[in-house]
Amino acid sequence: MKKTICLYFQVHQPYRLRQYRFFDIGKNHSYFDDFANKTIMSKVASRCYIPTNRLILDLIREYGGAFQVAFSVSGMAIEQMEQYAPQALDSFKELAATGHVEFLAETYSHSLSSLISPKKFKNQVLMHKKAVEEHFGQKPKTFRNTELIYSDTIGALAAEMGFATMLAEGARHILGWKSPNYLYVNALSPKLQLLLRNFRLSDDIAFRFSDREWGDWPLTAEKYAGWIAGALEKDEMVNIFMDYESFGEHQPAETGIFDFLKALPGMILNHTNLEILTPAQAAAKHQPIAPLHVPYAISWADEERDISAWQGNEMQQEAFNNLYALEDRIKKSGDMDLQRDFRRLQTSDHFYYMCTKLFSDGDVHKYFNPYSSPYDAFINYMNVLSDLTLRTPK
Amino acid sequence: MKILMFGWEFPPHISGGLGTACDGLTKGLAKHQVEVLFVMPSASGDEDQSAVQIINASDVVAFQTKEEAHTLFEKVQFLQVTSNLIPYLGPDEYTEQMDLHRQEEWNTFKISFGNKYKFSGKYGTNLMEEVMRYALVASAIARQHTFDVIHAHDWLTNMAGIAAKRVSGKPLVIHVHATEYDRTGEDVNQQVYDLERRGMEAADRIIAVSDLTRNTIINKYHIHPDKVVTVHNAVDFSTVEDRHVVRGVPEKIVTFLGRITYQKGPEYFIEAAYKVLQKTKDVRFVMAGSGDMFHRSIRRVAKLGISSHFHFTGFLRGEDVKNMFAHSDVYVMPSVSEPFGISPLEAMRAGVPAIISKQSGVAEVLNHAIKVDFWDVNALADAMYGLLTYNALRSMTVKHGLEEVNALKWDHAAAKVKDIYRAVLEESLKNTNV
Repeated sequence: MKKTICLYFQVHQPYRLRQYRFFDIGKNHSYFDDFANKTIMSKVASRCYIPTNRLILDLIREYGGAFQVAFSVSGMAIEQMEQYAPQALDSFKELAATGHVEFLAETYSHSLSSLISPKKFKNQVLMHKKAVEEHFGQKPKTFRNTELIYSDTIGALAAEMGFATMLAEGARHILGWKSPNYLYVNALSPKLQLLLRNFRLSDDIAFRFSDREWGDWPLTAEKYAGWIAGALEKDEMVNIFMDYESFGEHQPAETGIFDFLKALPGMILNHTNLEILTPAQAAAKHQPIAPLHVPYAISWADEERDISAWQGNEMQQEAFNNLYALEDRIKKSGDMDLQRDFRRLQTSDHFYYMCTKLFSDGDVHKYFNPYSSPYDAFINYMNVLSDLTLRTPK
Repeated sequence: MKILMFGWEFPPHISGGLGTACDGLTKGLAKHQVEVLFVMPSASGDEDQSAVQIINASDVVAFQTKEEAHTLFEKVQFLQVTSNLIPYLGPDEYTEQMDLHRQEEWNTFKISFGNKYKFSGKYGTNLMEEVMRYALVASAIARQHTFDVIHAHDWLTNMAGIAAKRVSGKPLVIHVHATEYDRTGEDVNQQVYDLERRGMEAADRIIAVSDLTRNTIINKYHIHPDKVVTVHNAVDFSTVEDRHVVRGVPEKIVTFLGRITYQKGPEYFIEAAYKVLQKTKDVRFVMAGSGDMFHRSIRRVAKLGISSHFHFTGFLRGEDVKNMFAHSDVYVMPSVSEPFGISPLEAMRAGVPAIISKQSGVAEVLNHAIKVDFWDVNALADAMYGLLTYNALRSMTVKHGLEEVNALKWDHAAAKVKDIYRAVLEESLKNTNV
């Protein structure tokens, strides 16, 4: 039997907040930095989404069904593409139409709702599922949660919602001596199959590709395909999951990332025992090796691979609890504007900006952070939330 | 390793932060086996000499013999601050003028021959004269003692440092705690600036208390960046005890504590207070201190109509300062320019969260204070409001701020200073060998 490689890319952009002062509370209900959001979306669309989609489309045409990829596109990214970069959205639709691209379900807002309550979580997932059907014409069968946050209970919820497969982090503290390169199942619902991210091979592209200090620089497609083949001598599957923005944005075109991607399918398929599948196909093909026990939530973030990047300090918890305390009343109000703002404020990035780990562990945090300190991020968010609270009917 | 150090003051008799910093630094150096001879213009005898040996310049007889005086004079005659440059003078005339000038210098120099000079050690009207005489005595001290490196703190002691270097040939480290630009803005006193710059130029290495100050030294005094090293100040809270007070008012209190002068940015505090009071009356603002913008500040507060929630205490000292921190819920330091700024650390040590301007040196070492640009009144008001309103913000800044402040040890700063001593010593040995 052939060994499998899965390529999955996360597409997400948050609605960044504008500078919202306390004296705006009760007076000004526009929270988002339209200029920054538009600028960033246009930039990322032209540097990453559009050229990478075109390249992937060409590769699919060149290799027929032998080259396939998967995406999850957050509701926030879909909305902002509609608003600011409709061509980018069209190019995703074009990929969907090839039949060789799987679109996964996630939470609509790229939210942390899985940590709050099953009901709130399911609402978010159903909403995203609907958006995927509407835009990409697929009924998602595979689920991936925000930032790859996963636990036994979250997995069970996904199974309950009818998903057959879910993605998770191949976290070392969970796996121990076990390899991420096999199919696992959820410990509570064995019918939910788990694909675990091979973080070393994924980060070789996402983080290390252009790092000249790295001993393996420059990374060629041939060398990389060799590493994959090496990992698959014994094991069954390698899951390479990363932010889509790695292509052209985090690793700019000048680094040679596009040439790398262009050459990669050929180099992988040169190894005749390897094949490239989508997550759904991969899960259907392989036999699970064992249940995976994850009592506490894991994610793909930071060294800890836990949820401390969003829930690690009191500020994050206070903001989080205050936000979700409003949900039922906002839903009941029927106020569309209020509901839209509530959706956008749920995005995990807002909580990530408040992370105080930034001071110790933090180049990655700094890179994605519009605030100079987590305290600034918290003050700004709480000012907005104070206004949202005032707008919410009692 | 033995250091000849020139300061201007030393606890317990201090009027600024310089004495406290010297105390902390020398104690830190003692832990690293660095011996310090600490020279000050006027010692009282009750200084803590556990880590240093204090030399009171007022006790030193400058010169014992005439020959000694003559050789020294050759080396330290630069001490006159009056400029020798006279425009439109031919070479002969210039030589003539210079001879005359040297004669005058010698005459003033002789006054101190065989005598002691009683320094006030204050910052009074004859400061310039004291600075010069201090240098004179310094050259004598440099002859009488053996040491490896000279270390001089701020412009008042720069001349003393240069004199000691000329006499002994030992390397000189100048420590800059504040520059004339920090004290006066752009309106600098040329005489002071010149003394600062001469010290910096003569120094083998310059220590700046922050990157902010380092940049000033490089950009405004045109010193080569390689010569200037940042060593952040630290604090010694080992003797500070916790204090509890009974509050007289139910409202939360936001405090400004410092000189009410241009440099400290009092007007930004007032404007931000006004903005906060538009939103909530559940807060009081206190401006503690005095200074040349005191009356203007009172008038501005009255004009804004917030006097009922804005209080002035006048100048506070000692116990009252500590009580003021104990009464505060938020401490604000909106300085326009602050080479370092120790007071936010004192506030944080007392469990009061601090808002500090990004234009302060202390902002470089603190993560758990809220930082704003001094001129950004909206951001300042927003930070005040946030700390007054959002509990998690308050508890996090207090908790982590305390840990952070307690980790700023003179021990670490002294280790860096010792490295600098080693480097200049090595360089000077190399130079003499060549």
